[in-house]
Amino acid sequence: MKKAPTIKNDILVMLIFSAVILSMPIWLEPLGASYPDLLQKFAIFGIFAVGYNILFGLTGYLSFGHAAFLGVGSYTAVWSFKLLTMNILPAIMFSVLLSGLFALLIGFITLRRSGIYFSILTLAFAQMFYNLAYSVLTPITNGETGLQLARSDPRVIDRLFSEAGEGLPSTDFFGFAMSGYSGFYVCAGLLIIAFFISQRIFHSPFGIKLRAIKSNQTRMKYTGYNTRPYLLTAFVISGMYAGLAGGLMASTDPLAGAERMQWTASGEVVLMTILGGVGTLIGPMLGVGIIKYFENIFSALNEQALHQAYSFMPDWLANIMVTITQPFVGEGWHLTLGALFVLIVVFLPGGIMEGIEKIKNLFAKKTPEPIMLEKPLKKSPETEK
Amino acid sequence: MSNIILEIDNVQKSFGGLKALSDLNLKIEEGKVHAIIGPNGAGKSTMLNVCIGQLAPDSGTVTFYGENMIGKAPHEINQAGISRVFQTPQIFPDLSLLQNVMIPAFAKREGAFKMNIFRSLSNETEVQDEACHILEDIGLTAQLHSHAGSLSRGDKRRLELAMCLVQHPKLLLLDEPTAGMARHDTNKTIDLLKRIKEGGMTKIIIEHDMHVVFSVADHISVLAQGTIIASGTPDEIRGNPKVQEAYLGGAHL
Repeated sequence: MKKAPTIKNDILVMLIFSAVILSMPIWLEPLGASYPDLLQKFAIFGIFAVGYNILFGLTGYLSFGHAAFLGVGSYTAVWSFKLLTMNILPAIMFSVLLSGLFALLIGFITLRRSGIYFSILTLAFAQMFYNLAYSVLTPITNGETGLQLARSDPRVIDRLFSEAGEGLPSTDFFGFAMSGYSGFYVCAGLLIIAFFISQRIFHSPFGIKLRAIKSNQTRMKYTGYNTRPYLLTAFVISGMYAGLAGGLMASTDPLAGAERMQWTASGEVVLMTILGGVGTLIGPMLGVGIIKYFENIFSALNEQALHQAYSFMPDWLANIMVTITQPFVGEGWHLTLGALFVLIVVFLPGGIMEGIEKIKNLFAKKTPEPIMLEKPLKKSPETEK
Repeated sequence: MSNIILEIDNVQKSFGGLKALSDLNLKIEEGKVHAIIGPNGAGKSTMLNVCIGQLAPDSGTVTFYGENMIGKAPHEINQAGISRVFQTPQIFPDLSLLQNVMIPAFAKREGAFKMNIFRSLSNETEVQDEACHILEDIGLTAQLHSHAGSLSRGDKRRLELAMCLVQHPKLLLLDEPTAGMARHDTNKTIDLLKRIKEGGMTKIIIEHDMHVVFSVADHISVLAQGTIIASGTPDEIRGNPKVQEAYLGGAHL
């Protein structure tokens, strides 16, 4: 039985992934996307999507409530900045821990149902959290204003070492500022760790059992598995990933608002995962990159920019083109996203990863079937990169 | 007389006004192949469903090695040592054949839940070899890494059988293992069943094909209208006029 290649493969994928992520500031330069804010977004949403994929991709349970954990992570992190220290390490540790606890609670209840009922239950929980943040929980969440830092915050650990300075302190990771490129590298480091853990899960007996649950849960039960704890573990792990992402959002921009928990945020991660390729290792990361990149470009375009883009055309044609394209840019970016999503789901239900696979097959001039037979041991076709 | 391992005692089950099982009593001896035959709608599949915890009976008990199985979850019953091959193959269509067999092997080794997140699947050589061995036995090695969903119906059945065999169950329930198979496949399955019979595994087999029943069974029970009307060795059953009337419509075997 050949087995060495798979582990070697995993390491290779890991190395390539790390190199690609860490060199993002360089190769995104020509695309005009190498500024720190956007890079940080890539890394943070990457963590969110990679974690979400552990639940949705492996078990097929479609949660519409993961933004709740994002919110829990954010609030926790800001509280840690207010009470303890501006160092992000305790902040993200508490974020992960607390969102994990919340995921345990919510998962325990919602996983009693499957399919659409599970989705609706998670959505209901997320909306409940969202509304609670605006109403009874305002002492903790500071309602509509959002939770912010103040000079007068206790920050007990920081006080041990130094007096409160002038103005608001900023977040750091043992001296590395969380803004700018150093902030991106901290997020990228965590993304690489998150990706590594996800890869281990994908290729562990545990991961394959999660896939089996997705494939045929009835068979799983009559094969001697108690499926509920498996699902709950996956749910909690993905909740912790979301908490980490939320904590990092607050770390790069120490402000937590309830809008982060709105259902659109949950919907976005579903979109990213499906766009990239559900159940594949790399897919969700690709989805994040594409959505965040195009969001950045399209939402910045306005009428003037469009006129400029069409300036090579005769005036009358340029005017028509501007009228046609205008609803799709700026505020209308979601229209473009919607259209893109429809196209992907209709023509490439496996997402971009399926597209890549198809192109690979085209070049290999083989039909998909024999390729499947030659797949290396232990690798499902989706994880093939 | 050898050990009774499964005892179905006075089991009743109704679906609305329909009595699927009434006063069903059955004892299964260790190491024997016990065939259940009977006309359509006699309650054969219902009986198996009760045994594996898919259905709760209205009354009565099912004891397996002296332990009551009623009210236990399906996975607990499987862990106690009962595996079942379903009438419509229940496999993992999205996984490879090898993975399909490795999963039940893991269930046998690790129990109902184990969180081995950081173990690499490719290091599980023992489980892999075990799965390969069973697949080889069953004649499905050629497609080890192809998706189980792409198999023919007959192969899916054999795969499911492999998935049950890899668990070395104390009791194997087979629900029409040859239904819908071509003659050639049926004969292969008979050979296979005969071979695993030598291993001493206790089996309950539901089958319509009399050729299969009489080639593998040590003991036959006839179920009609939810109750056992006759029980005995194949020869006794063959000659039983009650059976011929109820099931075979008076025709001679």
